[in-house]
Amino acid sequence: MISTYLHDLAFAVFPYVAGTVFLVGSLIRFEKSQYTWKSNTTQLMSGGRRFRWGINLFHVGIIFLFFGHLLGLLTPHAVYHAVGLTAGAKQVVAIVTGGAFGLVTLVGVVILLHRRLTDPRVRKTSYPMDSFILFLLTAQLVTGLFTIPASMGHLDGSTMLQITAWAQGLVTFQTGAAATIYDIHWIYKLHMFLGMVMFLVFPFTRLVHIWSVPYSYIWRAYQVVRMRAV
Amino acid sequence: MSFFLDRLTFFQRTRESFSDGHGVVTDEPRRWEDAYRSRWQHDKIVRSTHGVNCTGACSWKIYVKNGLVTWETQQTDYPRTRPDMPNHEPRGCARGASYSWYIYSANRLKHPMVRGHLLRLWREARQSHDDPVAAWASIVEDPAKAQQYKSRRGKGGMVRSTWDEVNELVASANAYTIKQYGPDRVIGFSPIPAMSMVSYAAGSRYMSLLGGVCMSFYDWYCDLPPSSPQTWGEQTDVPESADWYNSSFIMMWGSNVPQTRTPDAHFMTEVRYKGTEIVTVCPDYSEASKFADLWLNPKQGTDSALGMALGHVMLKEFHVDNPSDYFRDYARQYTDFPCLVRLDRTDKGYQAGRFLRASDFDKALNQKNNPDWKTVAWDEKNDRIVVPKGSIGFRWGEDGKWNLEEKDAGGKNTQLRLSHLDVRDDVAHVGFPYFGGREHDLGQFTTNPQEDVIYRKVPVRRIKLADGEEALVASVFDLITAHYGVDRGLDCPNTPTSYDDNMPYTPRWQEQITGVSPQKVIKVARRFAQNADKTRGRSMVILGAGLNHWYHMDMSYRTIINMLVFCGCIGQSGGGWAHYVGQEKLRPQTGWQPLAFALDWARPPRHMNSTSFFYAHTDQWRYEKLQVADMLSPLADKEQFQGSMIDFNVRSERMGWLPSAPQLAANPLQVAKDAAAAGKDPKDYVVEQLAGGSLAMACEDPDNPVNYPRNMFIWRSNLLGSSGKGHEYFLKHLLGTDHGVQGKDLGEEGAEKPQEIVWHEEAPRGKLDLLTTLDFRMSTTCLYSDVVLPTATWYEKNDLNTSDMHPFIHPLCEAVNPCWESRSDWDIYKGLAKKFSEVCRGHLGKETDIVTLPLLHDSPAELGQAFDVKEWKKGECDPVPGKTMPQLVAVERDYPNVYARFTALGPLMKSIGNGGKGIAWNTEHEVDFLGRLNGTHRDEGAANQGMPKIDTAIDAAEIILGLAPETNGEVAVKAWAALGKQTGREHTHLAVNKEEEKIRFRDLVAQPRKIISSPTWSGLESEHVSYNAGYTNVHELIPWRTLTGRQQLYQDHPWMRAFGEGFVAYKPPVNMRTTQTIQGVRGNGNEEIALNWITPHQKWGIHSTYSENLLMLTLSRGGPCVWISETDAQKVGIEDNDWIECFNSNGALVARAVVSQRVREGMVMMYHAQEKLVNTPGSEITGERGGIHNSVTRTVLKPTHMIGGYAQLSYGFNYYGTVGSNRDEFVVVRKMDQVDWLDGDDESIYEAEEQA
Repeated sequence: MISTYLHDLAFAVFPYVAGTVFLVGSLIRFEKSQYTWKSNTTQLMSGGRRFRWGINLFHVGIIFLFFGHLLGLLTPHAVYHAVGLTAGAKQVVAIVTGGAFGLVTLVGVVILLHRRLTDPRVRKTSYPMDSFILFLLTAQLVTGLFTIPASMGHLDGSTMLQITAWAQGLVTFQTGAAATIYDIHWIYKLHMFLGMVMFLVFPFTRLVHIWSVPYSYIWRAYQVVRMRAV
Repeated sequence: MSFFLDRLTFFQRTRESFSDGHGVVTDEPRRWEDAYRSRWQHDKIVRSTHGVNCTGACSWKIYVKNGLVTWETQQTDYPRTRPDMPNHEPRGCARGASYSWYIYSANRLKHPMVRGHLLRLWREARQSHDDPVAAWASIVEDPAKAQQYKSRRGKGGMVRSTWDEVNELVASANAYTIKQYGPDRVIGFSPIPAMSMVSYAAGSRYMSLLGGVCMSFYDWYCDLPPSSPQTWGEQTDVPESADWYNSSFIMMWGSNVPQTRTPDAHFMTEVRYKGTEIVTVCPDYSEASKFADLWLNPKQGTDSALGMALGHVMLKEFHVDNPSDYFRDYARQYTDFPCLVRLDRTDKGYQAGRFLRASDFDKALNQKNNPDWKTVAWDEKNDRIVVPKGSIGFRWGEDGKWNLEEKDAGGKNTQLRLSHLDVRDDVAHVGFPYFGGREHDLGQFTTNPQEDVIYRKVPVRRIKLADGEEALVASVFDLITAHYGVDRGLDCPNTPTSYDDNMPYTPRWQEQITGVSPQKVIKVARRFAQNADKTRGRSMVILGAGLNHWYHMDMSYRTIINMLVFCGCIGQSGGGWAHYVGQEKLRPQTGWQPLAFALDWARPPRHMNSTSFFYAHTDQWRYEKLQVADMLSPLADKEQFQGSMIDFNVRSERMGWLPSAPQLAANPLQVAKDAAAAGKDPKDYVVEQLAGGSLAMACEDPDNPVNYPRNMFIWRSNLLGSSGKGHEYFLKHLLGTDHGVQGKDLGEEGAEKPQEIVWHEEAPRGKLDLLTTLDFRMSTTCLYSDVVLPTATWYEKNDLNTSDMHPFIHPLCEAVNPCWESRSDWDIYKGLAKKFSEVCRGHLGKETDIVTLPLLHDSPAELGQAFDVKEWKKGECDPVPGKTMPQLVAVERDYPNVYARFTALGPLMKSIGNGGKGIAWNTEHEVDFLGRLNGTHRDEGAANQGMPKIDTAIDAAEIILGLAPETNGEVAVKAWAALGKQTGREHTHLAVNKEEEKIRFRDLVAQPRKIISSPTWSGLESEHVSYNAGYTNVHELIPWRTLTGRQQLYQDHPWMRAFGEGFVAYKPPVNMRTTQTIQGVRGNGNEEIALNWITPHQKWGIHSTYSENLLMLTLSRGGPCVWISETDAQKVGIEDNDWIECFNSNGALVARAVVSQRVREGMVMMYHAQEKLVNTPGSEITGERGGIHNSVTRTVLKPTHMIGGYAQLSYGFNYYGTVGSNRDEFVVVRKMDQVDWLDGDDESIYEAEEQA
C-alpha cells in the first residue's frame, strides 16, 4: 500500500508540483529578478582548453538529449506507425543515439564539474546551486545510461510504450497515468524522478538561461533598431 | 508592465523595415537602459580634494548617491589664465580618481580602537581609581604593566572602544605627563599643513595650548633643500607650474614630471610646441627621460659633478671670455659676487675666510647699527669701499635702508666692482678643498683623484683694517671663478686652459665621475646660458627629490642654483629654480599660524626639528658609523671639530642654533616654581642653573627616563609606514617592540662614544608611554599605535588646501557625514581638549612654563654670533639667552581652560598683532570682523568671553582666511605697507587693487580662488605674470633674507668653511657602512650583491592612494616590489617576479623583483611608502614580517645643517635644520630561499584577546 501511495505521489502528483514550480517560478524570477536571468558563466575567470572541451561536449550532448526526450516521449505512437517505424526499431534508435550523446554529455559534465571544484577562482565565485546542478546533471546522466542495460532486456519497446503513455497522459491531464508504469524497472523510475526534480529546481538555478535561447539570431534582420523611448 | 508580457508581443514587434529588409525598427521595451542610466545618476556633486602631499592640489567633483560617495571626477572650473597661456585644468590623476575606494573599504577605520592589553589595564585601573589621571599613573609607573602593552605594539590585538573612553584615556595620559615630566614631553607629529590646514591646526592648536611640541616634517622627509635657505634665506619659494610655459629652456633634473607631477605635466608638454628645449637629467630611463630632447644620465649621486662642469662652461664663456651684459648687471645687483671676502693665512696657505664687515673698518664705515652684520664691496665709480644697502644689518634696528637699490648706506649711487683682476694689488694662491678623490668603501662611485687642496691664483686687494692689520681681500666673483677652475690669464698651473683638461671642474673632469660625455655638457651649458642671455633669464631647472635625498644634497642643489644665478634666471618669469617635492606652499600661512600654534593665547609655541629629534630618541645615534672627520675639509683644523654627529647636534642646541625637545632635563613647570620659590626671574634662574651645571638640557642625556618623549600624537601622517628613516630603530627603542635591527651599537662594538652626551650601557626600549594615531585607514602607523582614532576622509570634512604648483586656494568639503563613528580632526582634538580640561583639574591649574627658543630666522635673534663660534658651556663666552644660547621665555598656561581657549580666537591677536617672516602688522580690525562673522562667546566670566568663536572647522577656516594677506586684501595692503617701512620703498601698489577682496570659505566652495599677492612670498599673483619665486626681490628690490641681502653663493660661516662648503663642490656619496658586516655572513644559498638603495615616488600611489589601494594594486604588481637592472639580476640569478630580500645592518625587507632595462646597473629602486600591509611575507633575516623601504635606512645628520644664529643660517620651523637623507644607503640583495607567510601570526592576537 505504502509503495503504491509513494508511487502515485512521485508519478501522479509530483509531476504537476514540479511542473507548476517550473513554470510559475520561472515567470516570477523573470519578472522580479531580471539581473539574475543569466547563465552565470565563469568563462572569464577560467576559460582554457579544459573549459572549452567541457562546455562544448556538454552542450552538444544535452541539446540532443533534450530534444530526443521531448520527441520520444511526447510523439503519439501513431506517428511512428505512419512513418513505418516499429516500437522496437524506435527503441533501438533511442538506445544508440541516446547512449552515444549521453556519453558525450557525461564526459562534458564531468569536465565541468571537475573544473568547478578544483579551479580556485571558479570555486570561490560559485553559488552552491551552481555545483548542485552539475551533480544533479551527472546523476541524471548516469541513471539514464544505466537504463540501457535494462532496455536491452526487452527490445520489443514495451517499457518505452509504457513510459510514453505515462508522459502523454500527464501532459493531457489524464488521471491514472501513473498506473501505466507500476511495474517498470526501478532504474527508469529513478531517472524519471530525477528528471522531475530537475524541473523543480530549474527556476532557482542558472538553467533559466535555457528560456532565453537567442534563437532569433537565426533569422533576424542584420540591423535591429528600436523606437525612440517615449 | 511585465517583462514577460512585453515579450509576448512577438508578432507586432517589428514596426517597419528599411534597407530592403536588412534592417528593422522594433518597439522592444527599453527599460533595461535605465540601469545604465542610473549607474551614472547621482543626488549631488560636492567639491573636495585629496588632503595629501602630492602637490597636485586638484579640485575634484565628488558624486554622492543615496548618501554614499560613488565616484569622483576632475573639476574644470578653475579661473581662466590670461590669453596665450593654457588653462590649468584638467587637474587630477588616476591615483586621485581611485580615492573613493577607501571610504567604504575593509581597512577603513570605523571605531575608536585601543590596544587590547592597554584597554584591559585601563579598565582595571579605572575600577580602582576614581581619578583617571591616577589611573594612568598606576599603569605607566608599573614597569611590568607598561611592558605588557608596549611589547605588543605592531602585533595586532586592537579592540573597539568608545569616544568617551578613549578621550579620557588620552587626556589623562597627557595630564599625567605634563604634571610628572613636563608639557614638552607631549609630542605631535603631523606634516604638510597645506594639504588640509584646519586638520593640521586642530592638533597643533591642542599641542600648543598644552605646551606640547609640534614636530617639523619638511626636513625630516628630506624634501627640504638646505641650499634654499643658504642661498636665499627663504625656503622653497618656487614657480607655479604654469610658469613652465613661460620658459624657453627647461632642464628636468631628478624630477619625474609626468609620473609625479601628473596634473602639471601638461604645461611642460605644451611649451614644447612653442619650441622650448627639454633636457632631462636622470640616471634611469624614467618617464621624464622620454620627453627629453637630450637625456643626460649621470651615475646616481654624482649630479654635483655634472653641475660643476656646467657652471664651469657658463662662467668661462659668459662671464669671463665673452661676458654677457645682462649676466654681469644681474650679478652686480642681485648676488654676492661683488662682496669682499677676507683671505685667511693658515699653515696650509691662503684660504677664503669670512665676508668683510663694516666693523672691520675704521669707525665701522659710519655704521652704528649692527656694523658686524653689514657686508662691504668696492664701488668702482668712486673707487672706494662701500657698505651697500640690503645686508642683514639693515634689516634690524633701523628702517628704510634694507633694499637692493644700487646705493650705499648713505644713499649715494654705486656701481659695485665684480672683479679686481685689472686693479689687483697682488695675486694670492688660494687653497680650495677638493673631495672628488675620496674612495667609496664599496668601490661604487668612480673617483677622479686630484690634490685634496687645489691652489689657484686669485687677484686680491690689500686693505688696511681698523685694527691696523693689512688684509688680503678678494671679491666673491674672483674667488668663485678660481674655484670653478676658470682661467683668468694669471698663468695658474692648477687651472685648466681647455675643457679637455682633466682638472676640476671641467667637462672632461666630470666625465670620469658621471659618465656623461663632455660634448653634451658643453652643449647643454651653452644652450642654457645663450637662452638665458637672449631672453633675460628664461632658463629653468625643474628638480626634486631625486637629488635632494642624498647626504650631500646641498652640493648638487647649489651647483644648479649657481647655474641659474650665473645666468640671471632667478626672479624672472619662465626662469629659475623649480624645486618640487611636496606640498609645502601654505599660501595663507600668516593667517593660519595663530590658529595652528595658538599664537592668539601664548607665544612662542614649541617647535622641533624632527630629524634631530628622531635621531636622538630612536637612539639611531647609538649606531652611528659616519665620522665627522671624514666630512671635514682638508683645510679645516681637525682639533676644533672633535666628536660625533650627536655631539655637534648637542652643541648646536646648547648654543641656541637648533631647537630642543624635550627642552630642559627637568619639568619646566617645576623649574618655574623653583625659580619663584628662589624669588628669581625664571629666565635668570635657568641661565644660572644651566651655567652652574645643576640643570642640564635634555639633549645631553636623551636616554634618561626623565627626558623621554612620553606621549606622541600622529595625524595626517604615516610616520611608521613611510617617512620613518630607521624604521627598525623606531620599533626597537621608541616603541619597545619586536624589530629587525641587525647591527650592534657603539657600546657593543667597543667604538668611541660621543663626548657631549651621557652613555647608558643599556639602551632604552619603549620610551613612549602612549602613541595615539588619527587616520581613516588601518595604516602601518596605526598597527603600532596604542590608541587609533578614526578620522573623516577627505570627502567627509571641511578644510582648506593649497599647493606650490598653482595659485589657487580651494576647499575640502563634507560630501557625506563622517562614516561610522569617525570624526573630523577638528572635532577629535576639540573633544580631547574638552576632556583634558576636565581631567586635569586638581592636577594642573594656571602654570608658568619655561620655553627654550632657538635663535630664529626672520627675527632679530638671527644676528647671533657674527664671527667665531663660541660655546658658553665651555666657558668661551657668557651664556646670553637669545645670543649665545636659546632664548628663555616664561609662558602662562591655563590648563583647565584649554577647551575655552581652543574654541576662541584669543586676546594676543589684538594686543600684539600678527605677522610673518619678519613683517608685523596690526590685525584688530580683522579680529572684530571675525567676531561678527563667526559670532562671539557670551558666557559671563568665561575665559573666552567676547572672543570670536572657533567651534567648527568652517569657523577655523574663516579665521585663516580672515587673517591672511593672501585671502584678505585689506591685510595684504597692511602687510606690504609694513614691509615698505623696512625697505623704504613703496610696495602697496601690488595689492591695493585687491584691497576690498575678502575670500570666505563658501566662496571657495563655489570656485577655487586665486590668492592675493603678499609680502610673505617672493612671487606675485597678477594678470601679467605667473607666480615665480624671487620675482619681488628682483623687481621690487626687496633683499633676500641673507647675510649680504643678496643671493649668496658663498657661505662664510666657520662651520661651512670647515666642512668645505664655503663654495659648492662635488662631494661623492658617503659611506654608510651597513652592508659590510652582513654581506655573505648569513647565506641562504643564493648569491648576494650590494646595491645602492633608491626610493623614488611611484606611479601607482603617491599619497592620495597608499600602497594598499586595490585599484592601484591591480594596475601594478599587487604588492611590494623592487626594481633591479637586468645586469645585476643576472649576476645573482634573480628573475622577474622572484621574491627577493634586501637587507643590511639596519634591517631587512622582502619584495618581488621587477627586472627592467630601465634601471641602471649598481642601484635598485623601491618605490616610496610600500607598506607591509598587503602581500608581504616574512624576512629570512629578521624573522619579522616584511619591512618597509625605510627598514634598511638610518637617519644621518650633517653638521652644516645644525648651524644657527647666523642670518639665513638660523633655525626656522621647516626652514632650516638637519634633514633625513637616505639615498647613500646600500643594501644586500638576494633571491629568497623560503617564502614564509608567517600565517601563525594571528594566533598571538587570539591569545591577547583571551587574556584581555
